[in-house]
Amino acid sequence: MERKPFEGIKVLDLCWSGAGVFIINLLAHYGATVIRVESARRPDPIRHVLTYTDYSGDDPHALELSPTFAFTHPAPKMGLDLNMKDPGAKELFRKLVAWADVVGESFPTGVMERLGFGYEDLRKIKPDIIMVRSCGYGHTGPMAQQAGFGMILSAVCMMYSLAGWPDRRPVPLSSFYSDQLSPLLSMAALVAAIDYRRRTGKGQCIDQSQVESSLQYLAPVLLDYTVNKRELALTGNKCDYAAPHGIYPCRGDDRWVAIAVCTNEEWDSFCRVVGNPAWTKEPKFATLAGRIEHSDEIDSYVGAWTKDRAAEQVMFMLQDAGVGAGVVANSRDLAEDVQFKHYNYFREADHPYQGRANFYHPPSFKLSAVDADVGRPNLLGEHNEYICKEILGISDDEFAQLMRDGAFD
Amino acid sequence: MLECYRVLDVSDDKGYFCGKLLGDLGADVIKIEKPGGDTGRNRGPFYHDEDDPEKSLYWFAFNASKRGITLDIEKPEGRDIFRKLAGTADVVIESFAPGHMESLGLGYEALSRINPGIIMTSISGFGQEGPYRDYKAPDIVVRAMGGMVHTVGDPDRPPLTTSYQHSYLVAAAHGAVGTLIALVHRAATGRGQHVDAPVQQGLAFTGHMEAQLPWLLRQVIPERHGRKRFPLQLNNGSLYYQPVLWECKDGDIAFSVAGAAMTASYKGLRECMVNDGIDTGPLDKWDWTKDNDGSWTEEEVEGILNTLGKFFSHHTKSELLQFSLEKGIHLAPCLSAEEALQFPQLVERGFWSEVEHPELGESITYPGSFVKLTETDCGIKRRAPLIGEHNEEIYIDDLGMSAGELSALKQDAII
Repeated sequence: MERKPFEGIKVLDLCWSGAGVFIINLLAHYGATVIRVESARRPDPIRHVLTYTDYSGDDPHALELSPTFAFTHPAPKMGLDLNMKDPGAKELFRKLVAWADVVGESFPTGVMERLGFGYEDLRKIKPDIIMVRSCGYGHTGPMAQQAGFGMILSAVCMMYSLAGWPDRRPVPLSSFYSDQLSPLLSMAALVAAIDYRRRTGKGQCIDQSQVESSLQYLAPVLLDYTVNKRELALTGNKCDYAAPHGIYPCRGDDRWVAIAVCTNEEWDSFCRVVGNPAWTKEPKFATLAGRIEHSDEIDSYVGAWTKDRAAEQVMFMLQDAGVGAGVVANSRDLAEDVQFKHYNYFREADHPYQGRANFYHPPSFKLSAVDADVGRPNLLGEHNEYICKEILGISDDEFAQLMRDGAFD
Repeated sequence: MLECYRVLDVSDDKGYFCGKLLGDLGADVIKIEKPGGDTGRNRGPFYHDEDDPEKSLYWFAFNASKRGITLDIEKPEGRDIFRKLAGTADVVIESFAPGHMESLGLGYEALSRINPGIIMTSISGFGQEGPYRDYKAPDIVVRAMGGMVHTVGDPDRPPLTTSYQHSYLVAAAHGAVGTLIALVHRAATGRGQHVDAPVQQGLAFTGHMEAQLPWLLRQVIPERHGRKRFPLQLNNGSLYYQPVLWECKDGDIAFSVAGAAMTASYKGLRECMVNDGIDTGPLDKWDWTKDNDGSWTEEEVEGILNTLGKFFSHHTKSELLQFSLEKGIHLAPCLSAEEALQFPQLVERGFWSEVEHPELGESITYPGSFVKLTETDCGIKRRAPLIGEHNEEIYIDDLGMSAGELSALKQDAII
């Protein structure tokens, strides 16, 4: 079998909650050996998220029941459950640092230092270690220790100010927008650092502020302010390069279609598809500038045409004519989307406590030479014994002693 | 870090961000435009609102850290030159309609025959394969099909796309990650590969927890709830959508009453509310050291939310931020661009970066490094190139063309 990209790369994963986990997932998808260090006494908060389940509150395996946790950890990792207050556990962790190439963590600044495992500490154990650290505001500065949650940080990242109607206040785009967009950039830095280490033998520390990474996506909006002193204006579904451009009602309950007619050629095709009614021939709609100027009027004509048709039908009719149109996908549409099916985007896996589920997904890109490994998350402490005995070479007696001492949480 | 790699970027505004990220990490990224300039130079906003291909701020933002040459790869002579360049390169980034590079004889298979180590990264709406591969994919359409529109907006109006269109940036960022993994893979196998980064999949990841789980687990289709989003569970099992955005005196803040954030915030919040003379009774009846999700009635949740809403409406964004810092409350202000530029944490970390634009006679403030590295500097290496700015540097110094050959190619509008 062909080598995987990260085969031989050994990773200690202390990332929890949102953003950080996506960084390390990527290494696990592509062949790295990843040990996820957790604590049952201070579990990853996502292990508590039981929305959309029938959880009754008294299951001894409660921390294994969160589908949200399974869904956000669709990459094969080993589980180690450590009580970092125990000296034996700390010694184990030290040994694992010496074993590892990469240590990832996403606690607020100071947590790793207080444990005695800040970057300088890690470097003493393993001089060429790569440490990737992700937190809300970065690991220096007055807000370094402020905890960050994507749901809240997205505000500072300006990501809650990007959608809305001109006559209303902005609305959020999702509940965790920056949690998904920011880790892509630390992933890029981490993979570059792994490659750099291969070539030079040098490790390094990657300090990610979720806010600083997220603001990269907003660069044109920020430049419009630094150069022109203009803040982003909310425009509903209108834009300055296309008309019709909007979300139009379709047949059925809460069904919609997105349409964008960008060029004169597309406009001609659009008119043909809707049957060249009289309104399409009005001179004010003859140019793109005219259509944009009169977009409210155009929108009402388009909506009157779409409203008695199925969203899928409008999409097929317009796309067949070379005009951009798409179903406004709800959660069911996504699950049934033929394009996602083609890419095998939703994959099935068994979970000992959650059963079989079909929400495990690979990264959102496809490499032609290697498929991503996709699977259920590790259970808490699932591989304690294997990691100690097979990876660290600890004897049966020592392992038993560690268990008695409470090294495992 | 990536100084040893050369990247040819023939993408348009859909793919610029991919090469920009690699350039910030040190790669030698050469932006290739058609003679006269890339179409993405027509995308606003513009410097001082002057609609000029050398003054697009969108171009500035996402082509910094690159050199720039002109080349018409639609013409046979241009393709030959591109093949020569591909022989010197590690990566090609493109964002044409799927299949276009193949039709020019410059697809991945063709380029890998010239250079087996080449990595081609394709940014597209739906991907290089599958039934929707050839669909037109303007931002609003692919965003809708990626599931990032249906739940956005108020229930009494149509769903909303974004006023600042940025869906392709998500795929471009995924493309940058995929490109780097392919480089690591190449070190082991000696072979390049094709990286396929569709926007639809990028968005599916972005909205995954909210858009996908409800259907896959419970056959629930989430709807639009305006400024409320992430649902709490009531004690009867039904869902209650809580506000993510809250109005305060001079704008909005983000705050959530769910889970660990509230556990950490309660004590500090209560102190502030008591100082304001607000009755904290509806909050005090709960044990906030644990997650109360699933334990409350609708009336109880509304009591909590109303109490909090009253407190937030008494204060400005900066007052609330100050409380959050002093008392460890998990809330954050929605920043305008002006406020982001002055945000103390960003200023203190030296985030904002001044980039010289000599031809404009000034420097412009840009967002700086996306991460801080101990080993090297990750950030803007140079301002975005002018049209054909590095033609001589690349064609004469690198490819060994003579000045005469270059000017002949210019006359034929190849360069």
